[in-house]
Amino acid sequence: MTLLKALLREIISLFVDDGVLALAVLAVVGLSAWALADMRLGEVAAASVLVGGCLLVLVASVLRAAYSKRASRE
Amino acid sequence: METLSWHVALPAVGAAFLASLVEVVEAFTIVLAVGTTRGWRPALQGSLAGLVVLALLVATLGPALERVPLHWLQLAIGILLLLFGLRWLRKAILRAANIIPLHDEAAAFAAETAELGQAGSRRGRRVDWIAATAAFKAVVLEGLEVVFIVIAVGAGRGLLLPASVGAVAACGLVLAIGLAVHRPLARVPENALKFVVGILLTAFGVFWTGEGLGIVWPGGDLVILTFIAIFLVAGLLSVPAAREIASEERHDPA
Repeated sequence: MTLLKALLREIISLFVDDGVLALAVLAVVGLSAWALADMRLGEVAAASVLVGGCLLVLVASVLRAAYSKRASRE
Repeated sequence: METLSWHVALPAVGAAFLASLVEVVEAFTIVLAVGTTRGWRPALQGSLAGLVVLALLVATLGPALERVPLHWLQLAIGILLLLFGLRWLRKAILRAANIIPLHDEAAAFAAETAELGQAGSRRGRRVDWIAATAAFKAVVLEGLEVVFIVIAVGAGRGLLLPASVGAVAACGLVLAIGLAVHRPLARVPENALKFVVGILLTAFGVFWTGEGLGIVWPGGDLVILTFIAIFLVAGLLSVPAAREIASEERHDPA
């Protein structure tokens, strides 16, 4: 049972380390799908949202961790 | 039959090879600790049992994935790759910026050895079971990541074979070096590898997610190289920025 729990925890932790990062990635994918479904915005907007959103999510998550490290030192 | 293009196959082989290298080194450290502390029999028994579980998982998952419609498969795998790749890339950036500590194989080996030694003195004859379970857990848990990466980079466009070749090559390399030096492979530049793999997996993730959503990428598969370049630049720029923020003093207005 302990082994099964460890396995399950490991599988989840493969994808989710920082919960905010995981939620933000899902939001970016959702936003991109919405942009694609909306004919006025189209494919270029959907692609831009996906690439730019992932970049933004990464940089924001890194900076958030850096600020939180600085706050913990003080 | 569709022929494989090198610019798609090479990143898939590279991602599977490098990611597997990191995971196999971590599993090897624990199996080595079990072997040197409690004997090679339980270490090999546990490792073999772990490999059987992983093989069963691949044998079950492989045919099941073939039944999933391609664009759903690409979307699901793309999202999982994004979550997985961005997680690795973020961690590698934070480690490079000294915000979180680097993974230390020598320390992991010492901790595992000490834990197994204590378990041995506490539980006497049950120690072989404990030792075999430790090796089994290491092989299954680290191997799961290898299986996911191989399936994720391979299943979307018939690249399972090149991705598997990359993973098997990494296993062979670690085992060959490990058996020769008989020590944990502490000098592997693990963080640099995780940085590169994070970039490759994220680039694949963006590509597959877009394909799954129905985006037709300009330049087709070649756009993956552009994504690799974009995330490489973002990652390299994030390291000094994060280091500076973490190290600077906060100046509150008095």
